[in-house]
Amino acid sequence: MNIFLKLYLNFNYTVSMILFLIGLYTIISKSNLIKKLIGLNIMETSVFLFFISIGAVKGGRAPILEGTASQVQYVNPLPQALILTGIVVAVSTTALALSLIIKIYEHCGTIEAEKLKEMEEGR
Amino acid sequence: MNITYHFPILVVALPLVGGALTPFVGKINKRYCALWSILITFFSLIISLFLVLKLALTKKPINYYLGGWSPPYGIEIRFDELSAASAVILGLILLALIFSWRYVQKELDERSVVPYYSLFLLNTAGMVGFVVTGDIFNLFVFLEILSLSAYALVAIGGERIAEMAAFKYLLMGAISSLAVLLGIAFLYSITGTLNMYDLHQRLQHTPYLKTASLAFSLFLIGFCVKAAIFPLHIWLPDAHAIAPCPVSALLSGLVVKSGILGILRIISIYGLHTVLNLTFLNSFLAWLGTISIVLGAFFAFFQNDIKMMLAYSTISNIGYIVLGIGLADYYGLVGGIVHIFNHAIIKVTLFLCSGAIIYRTGLRTLSDLRGIGRKMPITMACMSIAIIAITGIPPTNGFICKWFIAIGAVQRDKPLFAVALLFGALFIFAYYIKILNSAYFREPIRKEVEEAIEAPLSLLIPILLLTSACLVFGILAYAPLAFIKPFVERLLA
Repeated sequence: MNIFLKLYLNFNYTVSMILFLIGLYTIISKSNLIKKLIGLNIMETSVFLFFISIGAVKGGRAPILEGTASQVQYVNPLPQALILTGIVVAVSTTALALSLIIKIYEHCGTIEAEKLKEMEEGR
Repeated sequence: MNITYHFPILVVALPLVGGALTPFVGKINKRYCALWSILITFFSLIISLFLVLKLALTKKPINYYLGGWSPPYGIEIRFDELSAASAVILGLILLALIFSWRYVQKELDERSVVPYYSLFLLNTAGMVGFVVTGDIFNLFVFLEILSLSAYALVAIGGERIAEMAAFKYLLMGAISSLAVLLGIAFLYSITGTLNMYDLHQRLQHTPYLKTASLAFSLFLIGFCVKAAIFPLHIWLPDAHAIAPCPVSALLSGLVVKSGILGILRIISIYGLHTVLNLTFLNSFLAWLGTISIVLGAFFAFFQNDIKMMLAYSTISNIGYIVLGIGLADYYGLVGGIVHIFNHAIIKVTLFLCSGAIIYRTGLRTLSDLRGIGRKMPITMACMSIAIIAITGIPPTNGFICKWFIAIGAVQRDKPLFAVALLFGALFIFAYYIKILNSAYFREPIRKEVEEAIEAPLSLLIPILLLTSACLVFGILAYAPLAFIKPFVERLLA
């Protein structure tokens, strides 16, 4: 019982871990390369969600100092800055992967991993 | 302010900015790209050598705070003993670029020449940044720079199979990078810092040991994929064999090592014994290394393609390094880390030699290349010396590392590992004998081989320099220890 309560109380972590596993499952089980890539993106999003939620403070405000220091609580801005970098990295990975998929389709006429494997072995 | 103060950032920024500017240089004239990238790498190498010299004289890490923000708030660049690897990286890349000059003109598509040099410089920046940074998130960013450029470089050959190999590499590489990022997230959540030195301090008395060990295992999985350690090696042979030869040299010699250097960084953050009890994990690593040695050598034995053989041999040699690290004592660690350095030199030599042969003949299987030793005597002589080096026969540089690892295994009362090591060395010798046999003792059967002449000078010079490095570091085998010894002693303390 205790563990379910814990999972519920930290549901942001739970959701990100579920998303991570969904992404991993998609990459492993799907044969279509685009679907694999979507799975990769789901995984990336889950890690970003996890990282962002570390820095979250309930009722916290955006960390902009106005005039004198006040008693208001701020959220931690560092994870957000890091994830901004992480998103850029994820976008470039996706772009490179999509261009590779286009090239594979041009050369082989299919993007199903199983058929590609047959072609590779039969070369 | 003194310009030398900014050297630690310049050594990374030069290739990074140079790589980004290469397309503009290519707009002026495509021919300038090669010269441009060689010049950039040369200047970075000089800066890096200056830093290494300074480090050797003062014996203190050189700190540089980006934007003047002192750690733990700002990003720190920390040029320590492990960062001395940047000089080796830049030196080998300089030679690979000189080799590329003629090679790329012949083997690559006209359109791919400019992106080739641009990606090469970006990859350099990623690797140098990876070894010099003192901030763990920065480590991730540089890891991504070097991986993304490596995926693209694999595909640049443009064959049908090349893109498939690159995609396979990308998929596994991206998952491993995510594992590293998740590990950083866990570490940040329990310590609240990203600076590696600060992390080391705060981890010593953290109450969250479970989270710390979860983060450690995520880092280990991530870097093991990058380093192609046994069950996670499946992307390596295709990617390394299909890429153009200078790229294969870069990937096999250096990019794979970044995974190992990452593992060493993480171990130095956690401390070998202080935070977590890593005894089980170390023996696990040693076993994985042993399996890698034997399996890599076994698969290499049955290859006919010369580059495929070298790619499997990389898996086997990474196994030696991991075995050394897994032994976790003085001799094992020193042997493993020296092997990172020596294997980089040897493997780049071997791939460049095979590149020179492919440049002249266009053939790459052993059965086609019979009798090549008579037609290209200098190239094959260099290749033979490199083969002797990778087998680990003195007086070449491959000997000292295997010797140290074997001593480490015996001292830890695990002679079985030493036996596996010798067995692997024997296997490696057996399959390299196959190369020597078909190159020297068989009659040529292909007319390309009979018409082949010695490789041009711009290809031979890097090969000759590397071969002499194999011999020089065999005789001055203790030279790299000046940097490795303090690092290992700090790790064991």
